[in-house]
Amino acid sequence: MNEPLTIFPNTPAAQPPPAIVDMIGVSKHFGAVKALNDATLSIAQGRMISILGHNGAGKSTLIRILAGLMKPSSGQVSVPVRSRDSEPFGPRQARAVGIRCVFQELSLCDGLTVYENTKIIHPKLRGIGWQNKSRSLIRAALDDIFPGHDIDANQLVGRLSIGRRQMVEIARAFTVTDAPIRLVILDEPTSSLDVTAADQLMKFTRLIRDRGMSCLFISHRLREVLEYTDDIVVMQDGRIVDNLPMSSAVSESILVEKMGSVENKIPDAADTVASDKKRGDRVVDIVANGASKSLHATKGEVIGLAGLAGQGQRELLLQVLAASRRTMPGHKVIGRASYVAGDRQGEGVFPLWTVADNLSIGALLRVSRAGVINLSRERALVARWCADLSIRTPRAKHPIRALSGGNQQKVLIARALADDPDIVLFDDPMRGVDFNTKAELYGLVRRMANAGCTFLWYTTEIAELSNCDRVYVLRSGMVTDEITRDALTEERVISASFDRA
Amino acid sequence: MSKHTSMALRRPSRLSPDRLRVVVPILALLAMLVATGFLQPRVMSYFGFTLLLRYSLPLLFATMAQLCILVVGDIDLGIGPFVSLVNCIVASWLADQPWLCGIALVGAIFAYAAMGAFIQYRRLPSIVVTLGFSFIWLGAALLVRPTPGGTVPDWLIAATGFRTPLVPMPALLAIVVAFIAHHLIMRTAYGTVLRGIGSNAAAVERAGWSLLVGRALLYGAAGFCGVLAGLTLSGLNTTGDPWVGAQYTLLSIAGAIIGGAEFSGGIVSPIGAVFGAMIMLLSSSLLSFLNISTDWQLSLQGGLLTLVLALRTLSVWVGK
Amino acid sequence: MSSFRRWTATHSWIWSFLGAGALMIVMLPFLRGQGIEQVGQVAIQFATFYVMVGLGQMLVIALGSGNIDLSVPGTITLAGFVGLSVSSGATGTLGACGAAVAIGIGAGIGNAVLIQVLQIPPMIATLSSGFVLQSLAIAFSRGASAVPSPLLQAISVHRFAGVPDLAIILILASLTVGLVLRQTRFGRTVLASGQSIRAARLTGLSVNSTIAIVYILSGIFAALTGLFLAASVGGASLDMGQEYLLFSIAVVVLGGTAISGGEASPTGVWGAALLLVLSVTLLNILGVGAGVRFLATGIIIVGVLGVTKPRED
Repeated sequence: MNEPLTIFPNTPAAQPPPAIVDMIGVSKHFGAVKALNDATLSIAQGRMISILGHNGAGKSTLIRILAGLMKPSSGQVSVPVRSRDSEPFGPRQARAVGIRCVFQELSLCDGLTVYENTKIIHPKLRGIGWQNKSRSLIRAALDDIFPGHDIDANQLVGRLSIGRRQMVEIARAFTVTDAPIRLVILDEPTSSLDVTAADQLMKFTRLIRDRGMSCLFISHRLREVLEYTDDIVVMQDGRIVDNLPMSSAVSESILVEKMGSVENKIPDAADTVASDKKRGDRVVDIVANGASKSLHATKGEVIGLAGLAGQGQRELLLQVLAASRRTMPGHKVIGRASYVAGDRQGEGVFPLWTVADNLSIGALLRVSRAGVINLSRERALVARWCADLSIRTPRAKHPIRALSGGNQQKVLIARALADDPDIVLFDDPMRGVDFNTKAELYGLVRRMANAGCTFLWYTTEIAELSNCDRVYVLRSGMVTDEITRDALTEERVISASFDRA
Repeated sequence: MSKHTSMALRRPSRLSPDRLRVVVPILALLAMLVATGFLQPRVMSYFGFTLLLRYSLPLLFATMAQLCILVVGDIDLGIGPFVSLVNCIVASWLADQPWLCGIALVGAIFAYAAMGAFIQYRRLPSIVVTLGFSFIWLGAALLVRPTPGGTVPDWLIAATGFRTPLVPMPALLAIVVAFIAHHLIMRTAYGTVLRGIGSNAAAVERAGWSLLVGRALLYGAAGFCGVLAGLTLSGLNTTGDPWVGAQYTLLSIAGAIIGGAEFSGGIVSPIGAVFGAMIMLLSSSLLSFLNISTDWQLSLQGGLLTLVLALRTLSVWVGK
Repeated sequence: MSSFRRWTATHSWIWSFLGAGALMIVMLPFLRGQGIEQVGQVAIQFATFYVMVGLGQMLVIALGSGNIDLSVPGTITLAGFVGLSVSSGATGTLGACGAAVAIGIGAGIGNAVLIQVLQIPPMIATLSSGFVLQSLAIAFSRGASAVPSPLLQAISVHRFAGVPDLAIILILASLTVGLVLRQTRFGRTVLASGQSIRAARLTGLSVNSTIAIVYILSGIFAALTGLFLAASVGGASLDMGQEYLLFSIAVVVLGGTAISGGEASPTGVWGAALLLVLSVTLLNILGVGAGVRFLATGIIIVGVLGVTKPRED
């Protein structure tokens, strides 16, 4: 249904330079979730392309497929430069045709020095004198990109600050031994760089564009996007919805508007049942610090934490959790808090256990005396919460891993609620949960809130914020906006999520 | 964690973990030498040193074997029995059937490499696998030589007792081994990749390197060092004993770690490990010079290991 | 058949019993002169010690994240010597048990401090503390009487209806450990930490104190093993703990407990202990030397590691 979009839609006059990589009708599914849907994109030589989109738009999936790290479920990735179609497109081939990537999670070895890390990606660096070659390669790249940097190539990477590590990682992607560089993919490259280094990097990308290389980058800083890119690819819900050549007509507000999606529409305030309860007692109070606004929550309130993924929302939740167990300066938390993990497999589910064990572990104090668990009371507790949350499991003794993602999440939420907490911390728990389950859980949150439970709810889905009484938007670990339910609009959230300065 | 280390970096603390790693083994060895010289001035001569360092060669090679394993963040609880096995093979066969002995020793090295490949392929904890293999080495040693005995050819005895001019051979050899190991592990291109596996295996694999080959190679190298340890031990003892190597498991781990190896992260120091091995060796002589019963030797060695690791943890705290 | 397969997937301890049973059958034709009853009794006698030390190790390994107790041999030896030398004194048998328990608690606290306060990786921490304990035992053994009091020895080998008292006590202890794992907050915390220590901490479980208690329990189990082992064979020796390190880990691994942690099977420990003892007995009956026995033990352990499915994360 989408028109195939190319970077050069209409350039009949000049012969278009050959494409570096073509994606034709590429889709990627994770179970029932379509992370990428029928994406068609051609990346030509010598262009700066930025991909824009809110959380879950499919940006990461797209670049992972381009880097050969992920196999598409359907569709085709072809590299016209070297047409060896017999070989499937993988990381090795991506490297061979000159695609390099810098991802958000660093892929440097802490125990090695800067120049040794450079060696790791260059099999050709060996033999006598490889160290000097490697040192001069990485020094030259660092000097080119970040003139005036203070990174010693002999320093252990583990002893560098995060920002300097990011600089090394970026510079390493621009070092050349055997394979030439044609396309460099940068995922939020400036997020941990200081202003000077970020500026230097953006200027450098313009330089390499003139040398015929292309850059594909993802950034939450709209100013960078507007100032430095040639083409802007806008993504929404796994689709490429627009592909704008840069022009004076493109402005921040147009971009913000384009990123909003139909599914993200926030229902009007009147649609949701307003809670009418007595407020007043503050249960969470985090004092303003630096440029950040302060954050507070009162009893029975549902507080949304919004912004792009990984902007400090999770850390905030963990701080509140820690402050509920011991005193921490600057954080006032009254009452007991319990935490619902979004990363179910990594820090939520106990995979070897049954549904019942997974549920009751959060509330063992309620069903035990002197440390000994009363099994019949435990069974009753599990039965009650399974019924309350309508957890669909054949029996309480069913292994948790046999449940669907949505039901696993219900178990984790039940685990948190069963302890009768004063504050519930949601770390984006609705990720990968089906529509009906979500609707049930939204209702549950409202019921619990009316009963006096406070929620701090980090979500990456803007539409979900409609369930909140108040929303804080975070960027780079700081609260950049506080929006009440009546004033909540998608534009305002996106606008506060992206750095417009 | 990373944030804190970066903070520590900007104002380099006098007690930074990197600096401690290098300085502690050197200072400790110097201190021990001074103490030994003070207590027993006769040691400070060519012959004194030769005697003092007599048993340093097998320990040196065993420590190097452990170091190879530590490069990828593993640990080898079977190196002691492996040294015994080599000792038994040498004492039983080298004199009469040198070919059989050679084949057996090469086979032992390959068995070590296979053990590394097995650990990587099944993604098993090295500690359990090497402990299981330690029984296989010990069993094989007992099969080859159920009771102590056998003969070691004279040339091997002569070679291990060889007297070099001016500096005793063990000291010279220690320097040579330190140099070679440092070159191979710290300075060659592939050695860098191997240390990368210990530090961030996923990143190294993503860059196209085979972890299976890497582990097998390192374990094979460890087996080779183990064979050298067994050979030199045979030359010194002139007989075979299936239980003789048992102590080398702890000594090699302690030596490598006191010498600066981290338990994870691919951080090792071959030169430091040589110092570490010497410290372990001198610790028992020092006890006897101090007229303390050698009963406490294990305590001293275990205690030293704990102390060094505790110091490292403390230095991280101080660094913060 | 498929339902059997499904059942064994969650009850993998059955394999160790099947293995032990198979060994029993293989052994039958070789039993000349000595009855099966006698072989069984000897097997149970020694299996008891494997189980005793294995239960503690099982709890430690169930903690996951590389937790392992390598100080077992040192604790066994020290408790053996100290226990026996106290046993003849005024306090007698009770004093010996008390001394052993105290040594176990001390070893456990030492390990917990090294691991949790000084943040030394468990295997290095317990390895070095084990050597300190071993050298304490060496020093203590000079001039100490390493002979059990008659009462202690009588207790350690006494049989009730043909079954050693110790075995009965150990069966009860295994049941208790099973119940504790299943039915106490402590036990659930052990298993939860082993599956996902991050999830356990985020759920608010007291992970740190649980880890410390587990190391103390492991120390106590090892120390009691040392005491009764020394008493039943009539004396302590400096190398008595040596092979128990591998056996303590082997019974856990063979018993179907995942080495990656998060589950524990006291039943499996019994099956594995019987399997190991019977295989050694069989080899003894066949008249092979110690070399083949060690070789076979090593091959069984490495083989089991080779066939069990690694946990996918």
